[in-house]
Amino acid sequence: MMSELSLIVLLPLLAAVGAAAMPRSAGLWGLGATVVTAALAVSLALGLMNGGGRMVAISGMAAPLGIRFVADGLSVLMVLMTSSVSIAVALQASSWGVWPNRVVPERAASLRAGFWPLWLATMAAMNALFLSGDLFNIYVAFEILGLTAVGLTALSGTPAALRASFDYLSAGLVGSLLLLLGVAMAYSAIGRVDIAAVPVLSDLVSGRIALGLIVAGLAVKAALFPLHFWMPAAHSSATPVASALLSALVVKAAIYVILRLSIESGDAMGSLRLALALMGTCAMFWGAYGAIRATRLKLLVAHSTVAQVGLIVMAIAVSGETAQYAGFWQAAALLMVSHALAKAAMFIAVGRIAEELGHDRISGLNRDELRPAAAEFAFGIAAVSLIGLPPTAGFIGKWMLIDGLIEREAWIWVALVLTGTAMTAAYLSRVVSRFLRGGPHISARAEQPAWRIGDLAALGLATVALLLGLASALPLALLEVTVL
Amino acid sequence: MTPFLPVAILMASLCAAPLNMFVPENATRLRWLVNIGAASLKLGFVIWLVRVVAQGGAPNLRFNVAPGLDFHLQADALSVLFLSLSALLWLITTVYAIGYLAHGAGRSRFFCFFSLCVASTAGIAMAGNLFTFLIFFELLTLATYPLVVHRGTADAHRAGRIYLAYTLGGGLALTLGTIWLYALAGDVTFTPRGMLGDLPQTHPVALTLIFILLIGGVGVKAALVPLHGWLPLSMVAPAPVSALLHAVAVVKAGAFGIMRIVYDVYGIETAQLLGLATPLALLAGATIMWGSICALTQDDLKKRLAYSTVSQVSYITLGIALASPLAAIGGLTHLIHQGIMKITLFLAAGNFAEGHGVKKVSQMDGMGRLMPVSMFAFTIGALGMIGIPPLAGFLSKWYLGAGGLQAGQPAVIALLAASSLLNAAYFLPILHRAWFRAPPVGRKPGRNLGWMMVVPPALTAGLIIAAGLFANAPFSPLGWTRFIVSLEYL
Repeated sequence: MMSELSLIVLLPLLAAVGAAAMPRSAGLWGLGATVVTAALAVSLALGLMNGGGRMVAISGMAAPLGIRFVADGLSVLMVLMTSSVSIAVALQASSWGVWPNRVVPERAASLRAGFWPLWLATMAAMNALFLSGDLFNIYVAFEILGLTAVGLTALSGTPAALRASFDYLSAGLVGSLLLLLGVAMAYSAIGRVDIAAVPVLSDLVSGRIALGLIVAGLAVKAALFPLHFWMPAAHSSATPVASALLSALVVKAAIYVILRLSIESGDAMGSLRLALALMGTCAMFWGAYGAIRATRLKLLVAHSTVAQVGLIVMAIAVSGETAQYAGFWQAAALLMVSHALAKAAMFIAVGRIAEELGHDRISGLNRDELRPAAAEFAFGIAAVSLIGLPPTAGFIGKWMLIDGLIEREAWIWVALVLTGTAMTAAYLSRVVSRFLRGGPHISARAEQPAWRIGDLAALGLATVALLLGLASALPLALLEVTVL
Repeated sequence: MTPFLPVAILMASLCAAPLNMFVPENATRLRWLVNIGAASLKLGFVIWLVRVVAQGGAPNLRFNVAPGLDFHLQADALSVLFLSLSALLWLITTVYAIGYLAHGAGRSRFFCFFSLCVASTAGIAMAGNLFTFLIFFELLTLATYPLVVHRGTADAHRAGRIYLAYTLGGGLALTLGTIWLYALAGDVTFTPRGMLGDLPQTHPVALTLIFILLIGGVGVKAALVPLHGWLPLSMVAPAPVSALLHAVAVVKAGAFGIMRIVYDVYGIETAQLLGLATPLALLAGATIMWGSICALTQDDLKKRLAYSTVSQVSYITLGIALASPLAAIGGLTHLIHQGIMKITLFLAAGNFAEGHGVKKVSQMDGMGRLMPVSMFAFTIGALGMIGIPPLAGFLSKWYLGAGGLQAGQPAVIALLAASSLLNAAYFLPILHRAWFRAPPVGRKPGRNLGWMMVVPPALTAGLIIAAGLFANAPFSPLGWTRFIVSLEYL
């Protein structure tokens, strides 16, 4: 059966080939595939809400040997998250030209020809990863993802971007090696690699080592402190569109697998959890510290990703036995979605601001005569969502997290989450307060640039992130769907 | 009941916000139409709602956001009290603000956040549970920040940073307290006389801590000492913003929050049982005195008014915390009375600054002759604050005093007397300078302000007189609060 499940992976992959083969119409391939994939994702989600989770064996072989795709609430929510960010990013990327017979500047044409195949392949790899039912498939998806993401980083072609993408490549390879080693050990220990076998793994010593290796590999890929060294440079030197994708989505792939392992293994991850929670906490503070000190806007936003990844991983790690309180991992999933939307909006907005002002120095944000008001507004809304103020989805996520921590009387973690929130507010208000420069002494001469499609994309994403909080019942209901 | 009215009231100002963003900077007519239109529409809806609620209706809207979390709007008698204040004063302040900012910059942004601010106030008034209250309370913080820094000067930004630090800090405390209470009690729907059931017996310590967190959270906005530091600083904002901050939105939201928490979450009996009412009353008393004493030494007119707000808003808290029906009437009425008196004072002060550049008390000589209408309005406001009968402020103080006796706390009378003396001590010198001294020689003729800045304070001054004279009319602030108090102390 050629179901939506396989199509969601195959379609972007085929479109990537098409875009690579026909660079002049890459924009058409990209936009078309993005929209159709998003429609497929929505229809899959609707089907899940009505009929429960699904499992498809590719090539007709059942687990534990065959490849299979599993769609439960969590994986489909991740696919939806990818699709919604993709649409906004595709809108922004369409400014490089869509129609094949239209003449565009050389730089835009080369960016377009490079971006679309890379991004479509990334999308295919991410969807495959979210829908994979076994660890080996996940490893394969990571390999594709790692290479295309490095390509996206290097896309802008500046020396800084090339340097950063080399570091990214090296870090990605180390992560992949650890991951491969872990998967191989898991296979030799119990002879299967499907995710349902994870609880079995944690009964054996070698299995636990395998699990540790896998999680270490994922931590590198998720840029979890102290393995984040490659990330701020990579995310801040790429073109804004690529930064949005890398920061909002690509790191989520690794976090998703950590979350998946945490759910499946129940209480068995033991000391691994503590390590993750500590790393997450340190990331939260280290990232916030970096963002408070950052002098460039893109660097600030990239450091903020370090901090937010820390918060999410910490939320996953403290969940413990998920049977006790499902709210924990659901909170983590909600935080992931909310961060994806807000961070993508933020990077697109930053890109627009830098494009208008010609620089992205934070100290210079309030000195220009130009006011890219729409992008600034989008940044502001995204900031509200990242801080986790109501009514955003980030707020509901934090609420559920703190609620669970209070019920478990884990007051130290409550204090840490609140401190992290305050620090987020501190570094983001550095930027927002400069947007609110105003008053008669500057703005009388200031002019507002015309709206561009990127403003619309950023505003749209930020608004979704803002209002998703009030509609959290929908994603949370989706998360309840399991494969029977 | 249908959810139409609460949604319409919320949307009237919420929709005005994005609309304002698209009003071109110089399209004064369009801006006038959007803002006055929205404010009038909202006032109309609110009047309709008053009638519905008076007939026993409780229109509400409720939907699920997450397991155990509902977004819940409900219009009850208490919300109508706050709503009618904010709707009426929004209209008046909008007229004033359009006149005030006629030639300023960044007007579209200003009115966008101005509308958002009033929308959050409506949401706070109509929140049916603590979760919804928290949403709009935080939204109010965010919406007022751009207004505080509107002038864009270094001073404004410093005040804005401090404002944000205080209110977001308070917001964190409120959030923590709210989540904790939800974890203990499930959905915290506002219910007259409290909703905690037998939790006070089983979890007294947790509930006490939660009370401190909640009151600490809303207390920042209500400017309870020692959480009041942001208020005098944020005086750098333009006059309409100060009026909004002090009379309509921010401090009122804080005082209203204290009301909701004491009356509709804990219930006054539970608050007494846990021994929380008396410390709150003491804190309110201390704030009343401290604010008045600080006001004495301020030469900056707006700062003096700001400290006066710190002091006066705590009358409301005092009335709630004294736990006697009469004091409650006094406190609740003061929510309205302080609103109309303070807005009059701030609008008039804005006129002095705009018309003659007078920003200090020491420059007030002869203002009565230079700007008779504004000065007359200011005088009514000041006399009302002191508590001269038959003005609105007298009624509040009368009921507070009677309530103090009823609660067996005669010290309240002494407190009120001392505070009134202090009020007189910092207001009367201003009035003396303005009316009985000649303007300094060589003062340049002032700027003509236009009716949009002169009529609003005159109008609110009229309200101060009316609220005192017609206190026994059925829909007067006093009449309505009697109705509310009868619900809490049945």
